[in-house]
Amino acid sequence: MSSTFRNRRRNAVNNIMLTLTGVCAFITVSMLFVVLAYLVYNGGKSLNVAFFTKLPLPTGEVGGGMANAIVGSFEIILFASLIGLPIGFFTGIYLSEFGGKTLPFLVRYICDLLNGVPSIVIGIFVWIVVVAKVHHYSAYAGAIALSIMLIPITARGTEQFLQEVPRAMREGSLALGASNWRTIASVIVPAARKGILTGMILGVARISGETAPLLFTSLNNQFWSAGISEPTASLPVMIYNFATSPYDDYHRQAWAAGLVLLALVLIANITARMIVSRGVSLPK
Amino acid sequence: MGTPAAAIRPGSKSVSRLSGGDELARAVTMLFALAVLAVAALLIFELWIHSSPAKEKFGLGFLSSTLWNPVTNEFGALPFIYGTVVTSVLALLIAVPLGVGAAIYLSELAAPRLSSILTFLVELLAAVPSVIFGLLAIFTLVPLMRGYIEPALKKTLGFLPLFTGPAYGVSYLAAGVILAVMTFPFIISVSREALLTVPREQREAALALGATKWESTWQVVVPFARLGILGSVFLGLARALGETMAVTMVIGNNPGIHASLLAPGYTIAAVIANEFAEATSDMYRSALVELGMVLFLLTIVINGLARILIVVTTKKGSARA
Repeated sequence: MSSTFRNRRRNAVNNIMLTLTGVCAFITVSMLFVVLAYLVYNGGKSLNVAFFTKLPLPTGEVGGGMANAIVGSFEIILFASLIGLPIGFFTGIYLSEFGGKTLPFLVRYICDLLNGVPSIVIGIFVWIVVVAKVHHYSAYAGAIALSIMLIPITARGTEQFLQEVPRAMREGSLALGASNWRTIASVIVPAARKGILTGMILGVARISGETAPLLFTSLNNQFWSAGISEPTASLPVMIYNFATSPYDDYHRQAWAAGLVLLALVLIANITARMIVSRGVSLPK
Repeated sequence: MGTPAAAIRPGSKSVSRLSGGDELARAVTMLFALAVLAVAALLIFELWIHSSPAKEKFGLGFLSSTLWNPVTNEFGALPFIYGTVVTSVLALLIAVPLGVGAAIYLSELAAPRLSSILTFLVELLAAVPSVIFGLLAIFTLVPLMRGYIEPALKKTLGFLPLFTGPAYGVSYLAAGVILAVMTFPFIISVSREALLTVPREQREAALALGATKWESTWQVVVPFARLGILGSVFLGLARALGETMAVTMVIGNNPGIHASLLAPGYTIAAVIANEFAEATSDMYRSALVELGMVLFLLTIVINGLARILIVVTTKKGSARA
């Protein structure tokens, strides 16, 4: 009698708790759709051709766009990639292929450490070593800050995908008389290229949404910047400035910029995951 | 006289040329690896040097003083440390139950196909830039807090000092909620992986003994993966502590210490984001750099703990030997 009651209670607890875990999963996943819905709705009605072709107008005036911030973002991300991807890539090759014992351990540890440094601290660092030295804010200072975030992501991603190349391919190439670096350049890296590319796209997507490292490196600019050594507008900083301003038309443009930025980041993420065939695990 | 024999004879010209290439490739890639070390070393060195004026002037009192006055050049970090800890703890209080619950669902209950789709969506959520969460929070969460949630909390729990004072919307609570949303994707994906490393036999043994699915999950599987789950919590905590933009946009930027979660506050990252570019004196800037160093040290310690825990579980599970 009491044991049936006990079992009934156990079954009830079982059902309730299992349902609750489902509810947790539902709530967490639905947040993505909340984010998407708000941005598509508010951004969609604010987006127009002027957004892509015009400069921001002075406060209080209605209209204008963020053409300079779109170009500025691409410029900063391009330079950050040009610096960060090669350094990360070759560091990854060193870690996976040439490492002894102590140095790779140290480099791996430092990469993880850099990866965990709050992005605002990277901003301070680049302000000290670049902006304060040359006495002006610039697109290249922003690019350097973002590249410091990109290097550890690329290095650890490259290392992981190189490690997943089957041993037999390596040995086959060496047995044919190819040297170590020849094996790496013509067998191992090509075999891991999809994974490495995926890691790189994810890394670039990650830095392209970063705001904090740009706040006092590339700063912002209401106009076209005259070159890479001038303060330069970028989409994330523009979103921050416009969203925290008291003007309705700036809010409207912040939503539009948010939608464009989110679309770029999500498309990059989805593309990256489509490049790798199923079953390849991504680096954390 | 065949070439293959020549190629493998040690000391022959072609072999030394080949291994010479190896040496060069090794040296070049090592140079890049050393560059990474140099950047990290320079980062720590510069933070240390540039915070030394503040360290010398305020000493350890910097950490316990509540005064933040750029005009008189008096700086104390306590309100910012307090705000950072309060918002991060709030975020974890919300994100840990939700995240671990969702991870249990994904690893134990959901069909593999559904699980992989949901995991993919959670990973996409993790990719959403922080400034977008901030944008969303300013225009949706803050009005919601001000109009409904905070008045309701005051009405029901207003006897607690935690829920007193006017409802501004911008508050520790709003920052905690948005941080929770930004933290749980990390908790879910790392916890899920820890749960997936639990051997099948553990589950089957519990079920064979008559345990219900929940009992097997909660009393066998979760304890087995507990270090990995704890690691995911630390990882989430490190993210929350260092998070800048979304928090800056909803915390209210008030350098005081308030018991009420409905009051506006400030965090370390937020004060750096707001004031660094405008810092007028060297001491002011040095104090902000020292704040950055405090944040840096906090996050590396917590990240380090997280990594140790995660490596331990994914290598061999965390069951007692």
